Amino acid sequence: MALQAIAFYLMATVTVLAALAVVLARNPVHSVLFLITAFFSAAGLFVLIGAEFLAMLLVVVYVGAVAVLFLFVVMMLDVDFVALRQGFARYLPIGGVVAGILTIEMIVVATMIATKGAASRVSGPQAALPDVTNAETIGRVLYTDYVYFFQAAGLVLLVAMIGAIVLTLRHKPGVRRQDVSAQTARNPKSGMRMVDIQPGAGEGE
Amino acid sequence: MIGLTHYLTLAAMLFTIGVFGIFVNRKNIIVILMSIELILLAVNINLVAFSVYLHDVVGQIFAMFVLTVAAAEAAVGLAILVTFFRNRGDIAVDDASVMKG
Repeated sequence: MALQAIAFYLMATVTVLAALAVVLARNPVHSVLFLITAFFSAAGLFVLIGAEFLAMLLVVVYVGAVAVLFLFVVMMLDVDFVALRQGFARYLPIGGVVAGILTIEMIVVATMIATKGAASRVSGPQAALPDVTNAETIGRVLYTDYVYFFQAAGLVLLVAMIGAIVLTLRHKPGVRRQDVSAQTARNPKSGMRMVDIQPGAGEGE
Repeated sequence: MIGLTHYLTLAAMLFTIGVFGIFVNRKNIIVILMSIELILLAVNINLVAFSVYLHDVVGQIFAMFVLTVAAAEAAVGLAILVTFFRNRGDIAVDDASVMKG
């Protein structure tokens, strides 16, 4: 139990500090790297609480895809990030006050829910089905009760993929692309031109 | 003993850090998108904590859907950002007032 508490506090501290570094870092590349740290330690917390499947999903989807996408965009765009930090100090006090109030309120509400409210009678962390793995438990529910939502999620991803491609695709004028049907429709008649060249006068292109 | 309160507190802190990030980085839309990811992570921690402590796996399934939507949102958001950068040569949010919204 003590080991579990040490692991929790270690990973929770790392998560919170990395999240703070994300929003306070001067360099957006550092922000992305701290975001990866935050997600990684959050995945560790998920393992600790017994949601292994979601932890692996977090690592694969966030660290593997989303964070790398952020990294690509940050490095690809040639942006003056110093100019973007204007107003940072101006909004720091009011933002800090609002964030502090919000944190205290949410912690009070969360403590009330966990100690006196609907979740007060729980005994402790426990798997929904004790004798099967976490992934199997999720699969049994996801592919039966929530199969339509699962399909809808796939549709959301498809639409997002098409949207991202449509948004970033651009047709440059003057780029010669391969036209397969034009190539295969070529015959000696259309591909060859007979020219009668006079001596001393070249055939201009 | 690590209880539900610990996880809810952690999620509350992450959530407010995300909101704080949107406040202080008003001009930098990349950090704003990352703050939104932090907020969604906080939501996911809440869902998973409740799911495990209430012995009901549906919370984890909902967290999975939140993850899906977050990934789609990041992809489309960054695509819009790249298009905006191509058109304007800058990503300052204050300049994004062409539509007078």
